[in-house]
Amino acid sequence: MLTDLVGVIGCVFAPAVKRGNPVAVDVKIPTVLRAQADGQASVSVDGETVGQVFDSLIAKFPGIKPNLIGDDGGMHKFVNVYVNDDDIRYLEKLETKLEAGDTVTILPAVAGGAI
Amino acid sequence: MTRYDSILDTIGNTPLVDISQLSPMPGVKIFAKLEGQNPGGSSKDRIALKMVQLAEQAEELRAGDTILEPSSGNTGIGLALVAKLRGYKLRIILPENVSVERRQLLEIFGAEVTLSPGEEGSNGAIRMAETIAAQDSSYRFLFQYGNPANPLAHYEGTGPEILKDCPEIDVFCAGLGTSGTLMGVGRYLKEHKPEVKIVAVEPPAGELVQGLRNLDDGFIPPIFDGDVLDGKTVARPRESIEGTRRLLNECGIFAGVSSGAAVYGATRYIARTMTEGTVVVLLPDGGWKYLSSGAWTDDLDTVVELATRINYW
Ligand SMILES: Cc1ncc(COP(=O)(O)O)c(C=O)c1O
Repeated sequence: MLTDLVGVIGCVFAPAVKRGNPVAVDVKIPTVLRAQADGQASVSVDGETVGQVFDSLIAKFPGIKPNLIGDDGGMHKFVNVYVNDDDIRYLEKLETKLEAGDTVTILPAVAGGAI
Repeated sequence: MTRYDSILDTIGNTPLVDISQLSPMPGVKIFAKLEGQNPGGSSKDRIALKMVQLAEQAEELRAGDTILEPSSGNTGIGLALVAKLRGYKLRIILPENVSVERRQLLEIFGAEVTLSPGEEGSNGAIRMAETIAAQDSSYRFLFQYGNPANPLAHYEGTGPEILKDCPEIDVFCAGLGTSGTLMGVGRYLKEHKPEVKIVAVEPPAGELVQGLRNLDDGFIPPIFDGDVLDGKTVARPRESIEGTRRLLNECGIFAGVSSGAAVYGATRYIARTMTEGTVVVLLPDGGWKYLSSGAWTDDLDTVVELATRINYW
């Protein structure tokens, strides 16, 4: 459920009131989560916001839920979500609006960079 | 000042250069801070010196001690320079898939290099260093990911230099590794000019680390505080290398691949949110250590493919 995701991300999710056509977006699944998504690297799901896309994704692949949602019901601590390369934590979080053709990328948080 | 007592005194005070020709908006200026001009070749000279100085002050480091650190290159090279002059030995845990130049540099400075599995990326190097430090307490483990001296070096050095050279700054953009640069510069700028926006650019490391078995292997640097940031963008190998080439071809700046990523992140942020103003982008190192990667010479698709296997940041 979407409400599960709201806590850690820290935004109050209001169900979309807009009743437009569902928007199909591409979701990129990282290697580490593909086993829970029928081995697919990329799936197309509907949703006008990132939160709705997560709901659709969990409906399609229930096994992915514990990897998106942490023990505390918030978003998994080691997951970063991007819309067209920008981290949603610094956009509108789960309420970040999507347009047809947008790409949602899920990436695990690991140590990176030339440290 | 152009005369110094020691090479260590030449760390910092790097130049800021106008690269507005790369701006997607005519009203937005971009300046690049060239950290490759540090004596060890990167911004990491600053934190190497600061971590050692603070450890010395706390009497956690004594002449003859061996410093241990996981590093894919720049921090190791900075520490090798500082360690040599201050009388310490150095052991670096280096992921095996970094460019050959980094290993060569570490070795000529006298560091002992231990390789960690390439497919585990920086996570693997950190884990190996933690294990070694836990088994042998004679090592002095500085741990840049959790050491307050890392952001402090940028809070006391890089940040003030930027505000002095560019008081009109609206946005600061830099790559995210340990997050020391963004945390230190970001806090300094926000304290002195609260309206400044801080934008992070990160590599898609979570996709490249092949050995990641599950999400719980994830890692967030203890010094990272997301509240300092106003935006974060992921820069893939293609955009990073294109940015690196634009720096060379349009600005005459020979910088590393993460510099190209930072430039990509800055231009994206400008295109998305700005019509006028001034952006400062930090370029962490020069291009020397990446020559063997073909970043400037090979066909773009070939380099991009290679970058999925070697650590190009
Ligand atoms: C080439 C390069 N890019 C980006 C970074 C990220 O900097 P930080 O660790 O301060 O986040 C580093 C750190 O050395 C680097 O060497």
